[in-house]
Amino acid sequence: MIVYLVRRLGQSLVAIAAMAVLVFVGVYAIGNPVDILINPESTQAQIAATMQRLGLDRPLWEQFGIFVWNALHGDLGISFVYGRPAMQIILERLPATMELALVALVLSVSIGIPLGVLAGLKPNSIGGRSIMAGSILGFSLPNFWQGMLLILIFAVLLGWLPAGGRGETVEVLGIRVSFLTLDGLKHLILPAMNLALFKMSLVIRLARANTREVCLQDYVKYARAKGLSSRRIVLVHILKNILIPVVTIIGLELGSMVAFAIVTETVFAWPGMGKLLIDSINLLDRPVIVAYLMLTVLIIVTINLVVDVIYSLLDPRVRLSEVDA
Amino acid sequence: MSDEAAMGLSEKAEPPVKQPAEAKRAPALESPAMRIAREFCEDRLAVLGLVLFLAIAAIAILAPWITPQNPYDLAQLDIMDGGLPPGSESFATGGTYWLGTDEQGRDMLSAIAYGLRISLLVATVSLAFAIAIGVAAGTTAAYLGGKVDTLIMRVVDLQLSFPSILIALILLALFGRGIDKVIIALIIVQWAYYARTVRSSAIVETRKDYIDAARCLALSHRRIMFRHLLPNCVPPLIVVGTVQIAQAIALEATLSFLGVGVPITEPSLGLLIANGYDYLLSGRYWVSIFPGIALVATIIAINLVGDRLRDVLNPRLQT
Amino acid sequence: MTLLQVEDLATHFFTRDGVAKAVDGVSFSLDRGEILGLVGESGSGKSVTGFSLLGLVDPPGRIVSGKIVFDGEDLVKGGEPMMRTLRGKRIAMIFQDPMMTLNPVLRIDTQMVETVLAHERISRKSALERCREALARVGIASPDERLKSYPHQFSGGMRQRVAIAIALLHEPDLIIADEPTTALDVTIQAQILSEVQKLCADTGLAMIWITHDLAVVSGLADQLAVMYAGKIIETGETGRVIEAPLHPYTKGLIASVPQGQKHGALLAQIPGTTPSLLNLPEGCSFRPRCPRADAACQEEPPLGALLPGRAARCFHPHLDERREALAS
Repeated sequence: MIVYLVRRLGQSLVAIAAMAVLVFVGVYAIGNPVDILINPESTQAQIAATMQRLGLDRPLWEQFGIFVWNALHGDLGISFVYGRPAMQIILERLPATMELALVALVLSVSIGIPLGVLAGLKPNSIGGRSIMAGSILGFSLPNFWQGMLLILIFAVLLGWLPAGGRGETVEVLGIRVSFLTLDGLKHLILPAMNLALFKMSLVIRLARANTREVCLQDYVKYARAKGLSSRRIVLVHILKNILIPVVTIIGLELGSMVAFAIVTETVFAWPGMGKLLIDSINLLDRPVIVAYLMLTVLIIVTINLVVDVIYSLLDPRVRLSEVDA
Repeated sequence: MSDEAAMGLSEKAEPPVKQPAEAKRAPALESPAMRIAREFCEDRLAVLGLVLFLAIAAIAILAPWITPQNPYDLAQLDIMDGGLPPGSESFATGGTYWLGTDEQGRDMLSAIAYGLRISLLVATVSLAFAIAIGVAAGTTAAYLGGKVDTLIMRVVDLQLSFPSILIALILLALFGRGIDKVIIALIIVQWAYYARTVRSSAIVETRKDYIDAARCLALSHRRIMFRHLLPNCVPPLIVVGTVQIAQAIALEATLSFLGVGVPITEPSLGLLIANGYDYLLSGRYWVSIFPGIALVATIIAINLVGDRLRDVLNPRLQT
Repeated sequence: MTLLQVEDLATHFFTRDGVAKAVDGVSFSLDRGEILGLVGESGSGKSVTGFSLLGLVDPPGRIVSGKIVFDGEDLVKGGEPMMRTLRGKRIAMIFQDPMMTLNPVLRIDTQMVETVLAHERISRKSALERCREALARVGIASPDERLKSYPHQFSGGMRQRVAIAIALLHEPDLIIADEPTTALDVTIQAQILSEVQKLCADTGLAMIWITHDLAVVSGLADQLAVMYAGKIIETGETGRVIEAPLHPYTKGLIASVPQGQKHGALLAQIPGTTPSLLNLPEGCSFRPRCPRADAACQEEPPLGALLPGRAARCFHPHLDERREALAS
């Protein structure tokens, strides 16, 4: 298990390093870093100072060293727009995005798994078919378009829920969250649903396919032959088996939810880091883009690592084979 | 179907000594392509999807010849016709705007046809290049194995561990807007899916005896790869390809909606939707909704076809 | 005393390509403490017969007609609710592949205890106690430790012992064993066979042993029923059927069992293959492969009692050789 952890950790570090190199190459080697990293409105003296600080006058490999060194210290440059460290600005926006992504994940799992299992148990029933048709829709419709429809229906036509913003927040352990106030919750529902729908379709399809496969296994028939109630067969024998692949995928999808939050945040004007990214792209605030990228890579790699570990804990077969190896 | 019925009848007429097992073998005479076509057509929804997709593709290709106006020729636009709801008559020409107009008096029907053209162009061009690169990388990895395989698959795994939208966004943030840049971004995002698909099916094939036999016959590497390995990778490739082309269309639309995709002068469906988004809340729904419907119809049509193809091409799922 | 009486049971599969009559008019009966060997090639319907008895036939298959009278009650009429209460309690089943029957992600204790609790309201502790006893009974050493293991930590033979232990938890009246030793090594197979035999003798439980292997069943079963293409084509006491089969198919089957042949001597084999159930020949289904078939066989032969305690579904049974053997 420890060998496995160390190996897996090593892979994660390689992934982060690879992305760091790519970002570095993208910013320093392809473009002119002076254009990218230094505010076009700076004076000559400011430019010279920044160039020295970033080491732009030195050879490329040395620049890379400085870039990595600074990045490890959380220094990814000063935002042109806000005039503050880019990392700081991103971190301020992080809680809003994480809240959105987590709520969406919970929604997609708690709705998706039961629907998927249901569709898998009765694939040819009307219910099973409509669940699948719904999931094809959820899968097909682009995220931003679903968001627009949600706004059109619930905010414009029905007027039940607000169309954008985060609403009232409360501070819990130093982090501002929306879901604890009524107003915040109202603002949260539509964006979270929007972000959840796409993943929910994925969860439904996955849970359905796995349920169908598990149902064909001898051990399900055997469980019936033992006289177990169908309730127990579904809730214990089938669910436990499908949870392993489903949890793996869902875990990995949390990372992509952080990324897809870019779209949802833009549609719903949710003040998270995804919206910040789009704003920054439009304003050419490149230090913020770089900071966003590095932070998101870090988040995704960490999530992947954690999911792998959970996976090995869930599946006794994986756990043991790793111990043997 | 009638063929089989006929065979069944003639079977009964045969003398009783005849082995009944042979009656089951008879349909195997039909070629794989014919079987796939027949089974595909058994699902009416899939056929509907195919017809819909062909219709959409035809509209996209023929757009310059069949639309009432060229929406990007400013000389044809009349600001007087701006913001008309669907079904309105033009003040300038007296024609009917079936799907309304935008602020500049652009006929939405024509704009959608042109937008489809760009969306499909981006998707198909990137698809072609991504498949070419992915197939080359995947077969090379599978056939050569060893370090080459490890290297290629590490890159693939690394890339696939990040969401495609993130990678595309970053690339476009670096490149800037442009149809060519969107296409490049989509190729980079997608090639890895094909590489992985091709490699895994090719690996299965290389382990089979006939590849060994081909090697023993001293056939050239290229011949083994292209004549023996590749044909077996085609079915999974088609399945992944249909899923990916729908994803590519959606991704391009999303990028353009976010304002980092195609330029304003050549709007795809995504950009049309984004342009109309501001008017959505003020009640001029048609500027945004109709391009959205066209986009969604395209994606659904492709997915319906893809879903059925997956069932038909995957022998493991056949019961 | 009759425990199980199956009458004219028919289980059909309604597939896209037509109706497959996997079980078509099967009748047999079983006394308490008796072991019935249900023999046939794969696809003969023997496993489906076993599953039908427990109502475990999966769609598109279903029991279309017939009676399954177990201890005086018709299970077909009683339907799913009645079968549910019997399954695992009074009729237990052992499956073919022990690798596949235990749920890979649940510990053995979970899988055993749930079986106890499915039919009895007792504490988890006393249920565990019962599981321990059952494991010890099938010869598993250190049951406490074993209970905390996952199936993949067991060998195939061990798993099958666990499966037998699970079958014994409620001391059933009948165990249906579907090729339980086919997936095991020969030595393990022998161990399990002898243990099963002992169990039946000790507890008086009845058993249906489904197999394609005549050698296995000949030492074990009291009665034999040979199936072909969904029908029972011969029944009788095991020793007598093996010694002098009536049906040409049974004769062929017995001749195909290798037993101390001289080196290089060819094994006898039955020509042709098992017919597809979707496309059975009219009349006797064995007709295309039968050396004795003639025009009469285009009619379906009935399962006729040809000798005392013996029946076969054939117009041309091997009676003549019998007479010759008796005469000489």
